[in-house]
Amino acid sequence: MSEYRIQGNTGEWEVVIGLEVHAQVTSNAKLFSGASAAYGGEPNSHVSLVDAAMPGMLPVPNRECLRQAVRTGMAINAQINRWSRFDRKNYFYADLPQGYQISQLYHPIVGEGEIEVTLNEKDPDSPTKKIGIERIHVEQDAGKLMHDQHPTMSFVDLNRSGVALMEIVSRPDMRSPQEAGAYLKKLRSILRYVGSCDGNMEQGSMRADVNVSVRKPGGPLGTRTETKNVNSIRFMMQAIEYEAQRQIDLIESGGEVVQETRLFDPNKMETRSMRSKEDAHDYRYFPDPDLLPVELDDAFLEECRESLPELPDAKRKRYEGMGLSAYNAAVLTAEAETAFWFEDLLGHGVDPKQGSNWLLSELFGALNKLGKSLDESPVNPAQAAELLGLVADGTISGSIAKQVFEIMLETGQGAAAIVEERGLKQTNDTGAIEAEIAKIMAANEDKVVEYRSGKDKLFGFFVGQTMKAMQGKANPQVINELLKKVLDV
Amino acid sequence: MTDFSRMGVAAIRDGVANGEFKAVEVAEALNARVANAKALNAFIVETPEKALEAAAAVDADRAAGKPLGKMAGVPIGMKDLFCTEGVQTTAASHILEGFVPTYESTVSANLWKAGAGMLGKLNLDQFAMGSSNETSYFGNVISPWRRNDGSNAALAPGGSSGGSSSAIAARLCPAATGTDTGGSIRQPAAFTGISGIKPTYGRCSRWGIVAFASSLDQAGPMARDVRDCAIMLEAMAGFDPKDSTSLDLPVPEWEAGLNSDLKGKRIGIPREYRLDGIDEDIAAMWDNGIAWLKDAGAEVVDISLPHTKYALPAYYIIAPAEASSNLARYDGVRFGLRDLPDGSGLQDMYAATRAAGFGAEVRRRIMIGTYVLSAGFYDAYYTQAQKVRALIARDFEQAWASCDLILAPTAPSAAFGLGEKTSDPLAMYLNDVFAVPASLAGLPAMSVPGGLSKDGLPLGLQIIGKALDEQSVLNAGLAIEERSGFTAEAGEWW
Repeated sequence: MSEYRIQGNTGEWEVVIGLEVHAQVTSNAKLFSGASAAYGGEPNSHVSLVDAAMPGMLPVPNRECLRQAVRTGMAINAQINRWSRFDRKNYFYADLPQGYQISQLYHPIVGEGEIEVTLNEKDPDSPTKKIGIERIHVEQDAGKLMHDQHPTMSFVDLNRSGVALMEIVSRPDMRSPQEAGAYLKKLRSILRYVGSCDGNMEQGSMRADVNVSVRKPGGPLGTRTETKNVNSIRFMMQAIEYEAQRQIDLIESGGEVVQETRLFDPNKMETRSMRSKEDAHDYRYFPDPDLLPVELDDAFLEECRESLPELPDAKRKRYEGMGLSAYNAAVLTAEAETAFWFEDLLGHGVDPKQGSNWLLSELFGALNKLGKSLDESPVNPAQAAELLGLVADGTISGSIAKQVFEIMLETGQGAAAIVEERGLKQTNDTGAIEAEIAKIMAANEDKVVEYRSGKDKLFGFFVGQTMKAMQGKANPQVINELLKKVLDV
Repeated sequence: MTDFSRMGVAAIRDGVANGEFKAVEVAEALNARVANAKALNAFIVETPEKALEAAAAVDADRAAGKPLGKMAGVPIGMKDLFCTEGVQTTAASHILEGFVPTYESTVSANLWKAGAGMLGKLNLDQFAMGSSNETSYFGNVISPWRRNDGSNAALAPGGSSGGSSSAIAARLCPAATGTDTGGSIRQPAAFTGISGIKPTYGRCSRWGIVAFASSLDQAGPMARDVRDCAIMLEAMAGFDPKDSTSLDLPVPEWEAGLNSDLKGKRIGIPREYRLDGIDEDIAAMWDNGIAWLKDAGAEVVDISLPHTKYALPAYYIIAPAEASSNLARYDGVRFGLRDLPDGSGLQDMYAATRAAGFGAEVRRRIMIGTYVLSAGFYDAYYTQAQKVRALIARDFEQAWASCDLILAPTAPSAAFGLGEKTSDPLAMYLNDVFAVPASLAGLPAMSVPGGLSKDGLPLGLQIIGKALDEQSVLNAGLAIEERSGFTAEAGEWW
């Protein structure tokens, strides 16, 4: 892809980026307990005895969480490990009731895979790049400390304790903030298509640990830092830019990058040291003796594969095959919601080209103005199909359709009812149109002469005048035909 | 008047079922015995009302003509490692002192469902770590047994299920639950002249049992004879979806299957268990055991379990490693003891709470476990120990080619005096030398009385079986029981 270089005092620098993305698995229950995994709730209202690590409590794996991880692995063409195992990562913290996190260090459920990204997904000519995925493993989330509830004490909310996360670890294959952004966007898109994570970064269902190092182009890898828990794509790109520049400045002024964990402060747009390697925990990983190894059989894998939806890349190609422009196909497939909305529209009999153009211009334009997302659209695919059907069968013209759509947005009324009520039906009454054309020609004799002497462009003027006279309700094709008949003599 | 203290599980169950006496009468009699045996310190909490309540329910069911459970009317002791709803559960530690679970362990719930009642929560080694019941925060349990040399030296009831063994041997209860991680059912049974079986790993649910070492912990019954063990194990065992390591298999009818005719069975005698300098009494008892099994129709063969000598070191890496992690949850945050020195932060609270809440042996094992899992040591210790564990399991697998059961001593000596080994943890750990291999391999193993030492103290014979073959283990135990003529009892000095 693009050659991203940072100019330093000693020449150009290259940035090397790897991401560890934590994605909350979409599931009703937690990874090892039956408590609700729903976001929010009163503090400590989604906590089972297991989540609170009461004496004698034991984890029981939630197969649905494993299934979602496997499906995600399949969606990135990864190796699925039929035999995997849970390990304990031991450390003390008040938000970690067991005193260990159940994770997978030695034998993750998903092995090597890859994701193809383009810098600008809407530009069909934008170069593509494959980003390697090292592994996906499944682990428990921790609870949350609340420091603002009491003057001297911290409170603990265990609602998130034990919620299933997938940790998706990339190879250090990215070379610019843009590539990292494109990767995270594409990954989020895939997760949402698969339905294994809602990708909601604001609510923390998806967050990234960003590994950044710098080197002279082609030189040996530099020492990396890890910026933890970045929760938006924009912040991540800013954090990379800041961190790369900080490392370059440090090296060029004779310093050395230390391997450490850092935090990104979006207000100051800078990263800050959290703890260095020397302070790093010794997590004393070992296989969790409460759990048997996870063994996946053919039937399970088959079900996972069959339940996978069509993924964005395949969908985009299919849309192009349906005659959509590369741009339209790319935009329609970038987010699962858009593609599903579009396909819903097609399911109601709408022509793909007509539907995609309308969706991307009319509907997106309107939603943009309203400041709403597609999910919140006041018009659903069935209602939209009704409107587009009226255009397709010649009941209304395209320009009338715009008016009707606006009324639909305001009133919530159906398109046919609006057209009926307000008399917006398009007319094919050639007599009436011919009469108007005759009037226009009489009033514009000079233009008729000009047209007939070769100024073809004036044809549009006559069309416009006629349509205006017909109050937009005439069938444009009929107008064309009738005009040609009288003008081209 | 019937002396209920001399009745076992089967006798009480049958007497109640036949209407010879009421369950409430049994409960009352045993409640009184428990109350009068404080000198043994076998119970941490007495629950006479629970015993009566369960007994009354059984009597009512019988009166109503309802079917009775396998343990109907039998009052038992519950090792205080099992969480019991509404009744303090401590694992004999200060850190859990005052902890009252809102839930009932699967095994105890199974027993209550079968009609058993609870006399109280039995003392044990703290977090089940110990072989003499000297690590309990609630004080030592005293064995009812005394040497025949006229000394009144207080003896260890074995551990960690020392409250269970002491209470059964003292006839405070006909049976009790035990848990066995590296011999904690079998060694105390041997020390007190009773029987106890650790079933195949996974037979009894671990749900609701305070964890020591998850890959080894297994609950089992302790009682005064083999039949009673069979009855109680049937009531305790069974698949539990709440324990991922629980075996999804039906529970065999072990009592109905009891048969001491061992024709066609081959008994392996592992040469590696005949340690140099083996105790004479132990060697003689072992020889008697061999003769009894031959007499019951079994064929006796010499076998080799070549990795035996590595079992104890491997056990004392794996068990503490798991314990160091399992006990991390006792942190003063959510339940149990919290020691929050003035002006201290979270780390100080952890340190103070755990220093105050855990006894010396528990702290020692947490430190050993933390060490062997540390970066740089993990492969040398933990990984190596897991390899040894696999080799031990393979030793047994290979032995089954030439035998069906293995006979060995349960412990290398008779009960020792309280305080005799507390200053030497290694000598204490050596007590588990014969018990640990079966634990590492997850195999069913039982201890039955095999005779008395020269000092007049009970000795135990251990029978180890193939995975899931508790029936053969129980049958061999029965064959020994029928031939050993073991009738000795502890005199009632308390």
